[in-house]
Amino acid sequence: MSDATAPRPTHRGIAMLRRIDPAVAASFGCILLLLLVGSLYSRSFLSPDYLLQQLKVASFLGVIATGMMLVILLGQIDLSVPWVVTTGAMMACAAAAHGTTGAIIAIPCGILCGAAIGLLNGIGVAYLRIPSMIITLATNAVAQGLMVAYTGGFAPQDSASKAMRYLATGNIVPGLPNAVLVWAIIGGAAIWLLSRTTFGRAIYAIGNRERAAYLSGIDTRRITMLAFALSGALSACGGVLLAGYASKAAQSMGDAYLLPSIAAVVLGGTHILGGRGSYLGTVAGVVLITLLQSILSVMQISEAGRQLIYGAVIILMLLIYGRQKL
Amino acid sequence: MTEWRYWLSEQRGTLLAIGIFVAMFLLYATNHPAGFSANMVQTAANKATLLAFVAMAQAIVVITAGIDLSVGMILTLTNCLASWIVVGTATETALGVAGVLGTGIVCGMINGAIVIFGRLQPIVTTIATGAMYYGIALFLRPNPGGSVNETLADALTGRLFGVLPTSLVALAAAALLIWVPYSRSVVGRAAFATGSSEVAAYMSGAPIRAAKFVAYTLAGLLSAIGGLFLTFFSYTGEAAYASGNAYTLFSIAAVVLGGVSLMGGRGSAIGAIFGALAFRTIGDLLFVFDFDPLWQPLFQGLVLMLAVSIGAFGLVRVRNRLEWFG
Repeated sequence: MSDATAPRPTHRGIAMLRRIDPAVAASFGCILLLLLVGSLYSRSFLSPDYLLQQLKVASFLGVIATGMMLVILLGQIDLSVPWVVTTGAMMACAAAAHGTTGAIIAIPCGILCGAAIGLLNGIGVAYLRIPSMIITLATNAVAQGLMVAYTGGFAPQDSASKAMRYLATGNIVPGLPNAVLVWAIIGGAAIWLLSRTTFGRAIYAIGNRERAAYLSGIDTRRITMLAFALSGALSACGGVLLAGYASKAAQSMGDAYLLPSIAAVVLGGTHILGGRGSYLGTVAGVVLITLLQSILSVMQISEAGRQLIYGAVIILMLLIYGRQKL
Repeated sequence: MTEWRYWLSEQRGTLLAIGIFVAMFLLYATNHPAGFSANMVQTAANKATLLAFVAMAQAIVVITAGIDLSVGMILTLTNCLASWIVVGTATETALGVAGVLGTGIVCGMINGAIVIFGRLQPIVTTIATGAMYYGIALFLRPNPGGSVNETLADALTGRLFGVLPTSLVALAAAALLIWVPYSRSVVGRAAFATGSSEVAAYMSGAPIRAAKFVAYTLAGLLSAIGGLFLTFFSYTGEAAYASGNAYTLFSIAAVVLGGVSLMGGRGSAIGAIFGALAFRTIGDLLFVFDFDPLWQPLFQGLVLMLAVSIGAFGLVRVRNRLEWFG
């Protein structure tokens, strides 16, 4: 009996192919398709310079989407991304304005502010049992209110510290932008966290059925709270990188990251109701969305057309392979 | 006697919303520098009806346990469209109004069709379609401008018999003509049934799909009425991302304040209307008490957060811990 089911060496390749998530394969296929379409439009699409530049732009979204993925795996959602990103950027810049000490604590300060908002989300979702969609919208509004009150309604005058700029635009390894390196480190940590730690397994378990996870002895409330705090910290980290990239923070810099971060995670094959998904898929989703945005802007389509095509393509892709089972 | 108590417990959320609004408005009216006058009521009513229409839209969808994050963008889109076509002679204006309302209905139908037949999550769907609607709005009005039939606009934002604000009459008419027949119809009841338990509704043969489809369609229609009124007040159309987003956010706040359960199945559009009126009054209270306008977003965010946390008090009554997980 066991002989019949054990994979013979010749079938091992087929077995490996079967193990690949169709959604992940589909999104990698879409990336190749986009590159093909792009290269038909312009030769420079396949040049290493262009691809590295895209990877650098993708890394901001990648860091934010990592946090979003943790939360979506739980079966929740984090809609506070726009203003947590902005808060991270503004607070880091604000700290950077305070001399040498400020420049040193700028990056941790921004990230910790995001983690604090995320913690608030987590407490609301895990301990007060408020639907995540609602509490994160509320904290988003509070973060916006705090930032508007802080900046006085004008564009903040503080600029990013040297370290932030270096982190977003410099190269430690020649040819490889630091931002990509940051994403690679965070991505590696996420893969390790999700597949090698009890924390990661607990996240999948809660996403599948929280009640069962609780009954099997997992402290589901603590895990949920921590995941939201991590999501806040990672969103803010994305904001810090963005502020370093633009060398300043702006009021609506986070607005452009809510839909893409959710779309990247879902397009990458993570189930929106939680419990299933791999980080590799999220990487594919992030690259896919960045390429799509880039091609639309290279084709010089107006902002209006871009929003329209962008929304339509995301719905279309989800209809093709992201549908929930009945 | 028991019949009466049943009705009371069913309407508790709505009655609470009315109570909150009356208390808020009395506080506002008695502290208003200009004193309690028909003029003051008219201004307050005109500002609040916009949100009330969008809140009604949101409530109808939330009752089916869905959510529509595109209501603000439908409002923006119809606002831009109305600034083009609601002009000219009486016939042209009438056709224009019909066109605007029809657009809202189509937007709602698209949302409904994708959610029902595409089997995508409402939250992802409506964020993506919201981006599309915003894109179309940008096509129509990249810069603020346009005009509207001023006779109609003044008639609908003025006062009836010199006392009653016409916008409130229009709001009441919409509630009577749309909400009351809907909530008493088979489809409306099916919407409530779907919201409390989709499986149970399915097994008892309720028309789930029709209920959801009609809910999203009506939400589109009501948002379009909101957009039409926005044009009547401002005489212009403007594709403003931030304002569209704010309407979506505030509609959820109004729905929560109005006693509509975000889990679905409980509440009424009437409650949402009073929730919207109360929420707007809260914002205005700050001006009456001479707060810096910069603190308004923070204050509204905190009120929203407080409102969503109210539901957590139910946890105190939970005897069995497994009930936490629903």
